[in-house]
Amino acid sequence: MRPEEGTIQSRSRAIEAVMSLITDQLVIICNGFPSREAFHLADRPQNFYMIGSMGVAPAIGLGVALSKPEKKVIVLDGDGNVLMGMGTLATVGALRPKNFVHVVFDNEVYGSTGNQPTFSRVVRLDQVAKAAGYVNVERVHEREDLVYEFKDMLAKEGPSMLLVKVTDQADDVGRVLLEPPDITQRFKKAIE
Amino acid sequence: MIESDSFVQALQDIGFDFFTGVPDSILGGIIATLVERRLYTPAVREDEAVAMAAGAYMAGKVPTVLMQNSGLGTSLNTLISLNLIYRQPCLLLISWRGFQGQDAPEHLVMGQSMTQLLDAVRIPHRTFTEQSAVDDFKWTAQTFMKMHVPVALLLKKGVVKGIQP
Repeated sequence: MRPEEGTIQSRSRAIEAVMSLITDQLVIICNGFPSREAFHLADRPQNFYMIGSMGVAPAIGLGVALSKPEKKVIVLDGDGNVLMGMGTLATVGALRPKNFVHVVFDNEVYGSTGNQPTFSRVVRLDQVAKAAGYVNVERVHEREDLVYEFKDMLAKEGPSMLLVKVTDQADDVGRVLLEPPDITQRFKKAIE
Repeated sequence: MIESDSFVQALQDIGFDFFTGVPDSILGGIIATLVERRLYTPAVREDEAVAMAAGAYMAGKVPTVLMQNSGLGTSLNTLISLNLIYRQPCLLLISWRGFQGQDAPEHLVMGQSMTQLLDAVRIPHRTFTEQSAVDDFKWTAQTFMKMHVPVALLLKKGVVKGIQP
């Protein structure tokens, strides 16, 4: 299937662009390729890599954001993940954490299991987020727009969703080379 | 019967300071008290709730998740592929619907198999009673600190006062 018109950027390029704008923010990354790519591109103690539990990255982020309102929390998510945990969009929209930025890399496929199509082609997740009560919602294709909107969301009060259309290309990177309990402890210390 | 106020106070006294979950009638009184004390963050699903608890734990909180035992089914994958393997402890306050087959049909299988399910995935659990309350809270705090995994307190009907006792 051809990607949506105007989609030229791979997810890893998009992750790289996002991570280059990050300073001290806390970042939670969903399972599958996004965590692997983020680990290999820009590992840092303030990153939490989810390896299982598909669908709950924004719920983890919400737990952090509500407990540390003075810190900005960024969730890097995918379309398959959002579809699986779509109820959490309602929770975010209802609780309205101002320090919550949800970045969704939408490649319209389950990339970690063989590129089976998701429903994000026909169900616009940015519109779902808008209807659920996210305060700022943008949908971008190009790197320049991604950079502009993400910078804007870092400065604004949220909750915000930035939906980034990306190609279904995945980088040939290995697994996250950290043990799960170490990821927890490292992230916990970075928050203190 | 224990007042929900004393129950919540006891949890706060041993350090719990973040409460989320999905309601059940057995937990109604406790949730009402938590809402009154502005301590409760509602979730829409139990897997979301245990993941929120994981986030809260990493941000320095001591979390409790309230759920009906049907929610154990909903949250099982998150519990075993997030909270358990990442060593993110929380208290699971689970209402025991379907205890001894005395409940609506949808609760009977879970009511009968819940403790086996918890054993199978190695989530430590204990049934809360009024007589053993002090020990139950002590066990909860100790197991939480020692094992760094979710621990479950099971709550039968009529032990803590509900909204309509």
